[in-house]
Order: sequence, then structure tokens, then C-alpha cells
Amino acid sequence: MSPIDPPDAAPGAPDAELDVPTAPREARHSRASAARRRVRIQAAPLPNGATQAAGNGSDSEVASRAPASGTQRGGRTAGREAIFDMQNLSVSYGERVAIAGVTMQIHRNLITAVIGPSGCGKTTFLRSLNRMNDSVPGFRIDGRILYHGHDIYASGVDRVEVRRRIGMVFQRPNPFPKSIYDNVAWAPRNLRLKAGLDERVERALRGAALWEEVKDRLNQSALGLSGGQQQRLCIARAIAIEPDVLLLDEPASAIDPVATAAIEELMQRLKSRYTIVIVTHNMQQAARVADRTAFFSLDESDGGPAGTLVELDDTEVMFTRPQDRRTSDYVSGRFG
Amino acid sequence: MSDLAGPSRGLAGRSQEQMTDLAGLSPEHASGEVGSLSASASELHDQVGPLTPSGHLRRRQLISRLVEASQTTAALLAVALLGIVVYSVASRAASVLSFDFLTKDLAPSGAPGGGIAPAIIGTAVIVALATVIAMPVGILVALYLTEFAGARAASAIRLALDLLNGMPTILIGLFIFGLLIVGHHQSGFAGSVALAIVILPLVARATQEVLLLVPPSLREAADALGVSHWRTVRGVVLPAARGGILTATMLAVARAAGETAPLLFTCSIFANSVSVNPFGQLGLPNIPVYIFTASEAADPYGFARAWGAAFVLLAFILLANLGVRAFANRSSSGGRSP
Repeated sequence: MSPIDPPDAAPGAPDAELDVPTAPREARHSRASAARRRVRIQAAPLPNGATQAAGNGSDSEVASRAPASGTQRGGRTAGREAIFDMQNLSVSYGERVAIAGVTMQIHRNLITAVIGPSGCGKTTFLRSLNRMNDSVPGFRIDGRILYHGHDIYASGVDRVEVRRRIGMVFQRPNPFPKSIYDNVAWAPRNLRLKAGLDERVERALRGAALWEEVKDRLNQSALGLSGGQQQRLCIARAIAIEPDVLLLDEPASAIDPVATAAIEELMQRLKSRYTIVIVTHNMQQAARVADRTAFFSLDESDGGPAGTLVELDDTEVMFTRPQDRRTSDYVSGRFG
Repeated sequence: MSDLAGPSRGLAGRSQEQMTDLAGLSPEHASGEVGSLSASASELHDQVGPLTPSGHLRRRQLISRLVEASQTTAALLAVALLGIVVYSVASRAASVLSFDFLTKDLAPSGAPGGGIAPAIIGTAVIVALATVIAMPVGILVALYLTEFAGARAASAIRLALDLLNGMPTILIGLFIFGLLIVGHHQSGFAGSVALAIVILPLVARATQEVLLLVPPSLREAADALGVSHWRTVRGVVLPAARGGILTATMLAVARAAGETAPLLFTCSIFANSVSVNPFGQLGLPNIPVYIFTASEAADPYGFARAWGAAFVLLAFILLANLGVRAFANRSSSGGRSP
């Protein structure tokens, strides 16, 4: 695993946030210490946590948790490495604050869904994770996003290298006006992954569950595919360079229900290999596919309304026994 | 007022008094009054009468028709102008037009026959060289504007390009005369440089417009793959804009082919033999300057030849424009995939 940045590199972060445990810690202990603002479980597998995650038989314990101001819990994270570690993350465009004070972690090989009403900064949050917002005029970020312990906004970090490892699929299918083959092969070619290109393309297309449908027309234009196929092609294109993380920005909002089901199934297969973060405005989709769900909401802050993280927990908990009133209102359809 | 949303939906067009009356009513009261309110509305506007225009609407229809007619006339006038120009040039050029006119050398003054082959070749060389100079620079400028420049730099450069585009071509000719010819000699190359200055802003601005049409989602898709931005531009943006860039360049070339003023300074009117050497002593003969000199010369045949040359130039420009249009239509209708 990568080295953790020295704590003094984050002057703005509160002390508690810098207390990153480096040794395995008992999950039960962490859960009990609800007074702590954030529970952090990292590093090696924990026997205790593992049973909780697998058995999910800790209902009584979950229910008896003290209602804390803390926002992130959940048994699924036990024993998993946190790939992303956001520390008091705020993003603004010019004067407008898009998200404020988000502190959360995203764990390896889990699907983390981000839900919330429109305008609460879900997409901004997602695009901050691979620096896709850099080119937006007036974009400014405060706090830190540690990726394997590296601050991805540190000076000297090349955003091209960030995106090389953190791939993204967008809301609308956006295949290049090239052939199906060239769509998938384009990035590997440009990244000097030319050896075994044909196999790589096939692997990516199989990975995206598209191979059988397109194997006989690889040289035809990608624009002739249906919307759902185009979106799977975009996923194939993203995984062709074998990134570490896949960011999906409402990947199913522009395609029909059947294609949506195909993509959701695909995500389940991909999570053994990739860490997936999905933004969705569709709560049912989050409930179906996600292991962990983060609920964002609009909150008043110094710079006017801004998106904040309300709660992050295992998906079942979020949809059945959320801690925060706003979460239960949202998931039960009372607002948003 | 918000309580009255239901009944007040039909209130559009009613008088202010009625609105205030209504506002004074309690919600229950108001919904009870809905029937009588719509009865009073029908007095203002006959809701069951025939659906033919009447009164004010009839007058508006008349105005509308008048405006439409004047617009149609103006559009027809523009088309007619083109037709008149083409017809008058063609009818006057008809007497000299022949295959020989395109292939023979220039005839000496006062003699019939001859052709304008040297001028055609000279124009081709000068314009081709100008394109070779201006097109890469223009495309690079456009790429810088759309892909790399900040907002402030981009607007400054756009302004500069627009000013350059609006610059009188005779001024450009004078500038090149001072820069490349004073102390040296006239040359086709100097003419090419002058025309390149004419072409540059046209190519840059038109290419920029085309690049802006490339969907941002394509750039994002490429950027998100961890590929450097230049490779994104080369591999995705430029191919997607290729058809438009070629169109823009061809239109600029067609425009430059007809420019006379810069060439008057840079190519001698005494250049009259076939040459493809842009660095020759007198410059290259070319169609615009030939038209100018032939129409000024005291030569009964010269005038007809000037019309002939004018027709050749006009035909080239029209064909270039039409060809570009056909090409653009083809490439935009999905023929761009590999």
C-alpha cells in the first residue's frame, strides 16, 4: 500500500481527522465509540468485522447505536482498504459553493452510491475524484482527497495520471465517432499498451458484456449502436486501460430499463476487480446495486446553500434504519 | 392569492378590478363564484363565436403579411444579384472562351487570340503557397483558442483575428511591399505571403467555430481516459472536425484567389510568361492582375480577354464553394466513421 501523507501536510484539517489508524483496530470497539466523530477502519482483515459484514446479524447492535453526529458507519467496510479518503472537502465555482465539508471514505471493491436531490453536488463530488472539474472556470477545492494516501490535488500531481487510474463513465453515452474497435483501442494505443491490443479490446468488451453483440461488427461505427450498447461500450473503453477505480455519473439515466438492468448486472460483476463509485438520482438503483450509500443534501453554509454529506452507511441500513431524519425523509420519498 | 390557484387559472386577460375583487374573497367563496366569473369573461371575449380573425387580429395579420412580403423580396433580390453578375460576366466572356483560352500563352497587345494559361498557373501557385503558409498557422491558432487559451487570452486573440480580417487588403499589400519587396524584387512568394495574411484570420475563425461544435462530451470522454490533452485533440477533436476545417480552408482559399490589391504590389503587370517559380524576378502572372491590366489597356481585344479571365475566376470560386458545400453535406451525414 502507498505511504500515507504526513499529517502536517493538512494544516486546515481538525486533529481527529489526522488520527489515521495504522494498526488493525477492533470493529466492535470502533462501533461502540460512537462519540468519536468518524470511525475509521483500515488495513488488514479483522475477524470480528468480517463476521459482521458477512453475517449482517448485528441488527440489535446497529439499532442500539447512539444517534451521533457522525455520518459514516457500516459493517461492509470492515477489513477493506479505504481507497479514497476525503477530508473536509469543499468545492466551489467562483462565489458559489457546490459542496462543503465532506469527510468520507470509499472502500476497495465495493460499490458506493451517491444519492441526493438535484443540485446537491453529487456530480461535482464525483468529478472532483479524478480532477475532471479542473477545467471548469472558477473551480476551487479546499480540504483534501487522499487516494491511496496521496493527495490528488497536491502540486506535482499530474491530472492525466490521476485519470489514468480513476476512470469515468458519463451520464450520456459518449462514444467517439470511430469504429467500435477503435473506441476501445484508442486509449490503450495512446498509453503505449499496444502489445496484445486485440486481446485487450476483446477482454474489455467481454468485461462490459458487449462482446457477443458486437464481435462481428467491430469495424462499424460505434454511433450505430443502441443507447444501452453505447453506454456499455463506454464502460468497455474505460476498463480497457485497467484503471483502479470506476466513477459512474448517472450511467443509466439516458437509457431504457432493460439496458439499465444490463448495466447494473455488469456493475456487480465489475466490483470484484474495480472499486466503483456511482452517482444516481434513482434511489431504487442505489438500493439494488450499491454496497454503501452516501446521502448528500443541500445545506446552508457561509456561501449560501451547499451540498453536504448527511450520512454514509451500508445500503440496507441507509434504506431501512437511517440515522438522520433527512435521510429517512429522502429515501421514503417525503422530499426530493 | 396562492389559495386561488385553482379558479384563477382561467383569469388571464381579465381586468384588474376583477382580480382585486377576487383577491378579497375567501377561498371557499371564490370557488363558489367560479361559474359567474366565467360568465362575465365571456362578455369581454366571445368564446363561442366563429373562429375567424376579427378586429385587432386582422390588422396584425395584414402587417405580418407585409413584412413577410418585403423579406421575401429582399431575399429574391440577393439571389437575383448573383444571377445578374454571373450572367453579365458569362455573356461578355462568351466571345473569347474556348479551350485555347485556358491553355494558350498571353497574346501580345493588339493581337487577337491567345489565352491566359500563365495567369491561371500563376494564381494556382500563389494561392497554393499562401494556403500552405496560412492553413497550419490558422488551425494552430484555432486549437489554441478552443483547447488551451484562458478566457481572457482567447477573447483578445479573437478580437485581433477579427481586426486582421477586416483590414483592407490594399494595406496588407502595401505592408508586404515594404517588408519583402523594397530593396529586393517583386515575387510570387511575396504575393503568397500577402494572401496568407488574408487567409489566416478566415481559416482561424472558421476552424475555431468548427472546433466549438465538437461536443464537449467527446473531449471529456477522452480526457477521462488518462490521455494527455494534445493526444485528445489529435485523436478525437481534430478528426471529428476534419470536414469542417477543410470546408473553412476551401472557402478562405476561394476568397483569396480573387484578391487583387495585394498582388498589384507584389507581382508585376509585366510578368506574362508561364512560370511556377514563386521567387522569379517579376513575380507570377495571375488572374486578378491580368483582369486589371487587360481592362485598362488600350487594346480592343484586351477588354474581351479581361471578361474571359473574370469568368474563369468566377467559375473557379463558384465551383469551389459548391464543391465544399457538397463535401460538407456528405461528411456531416455520417460518412465520417472509419
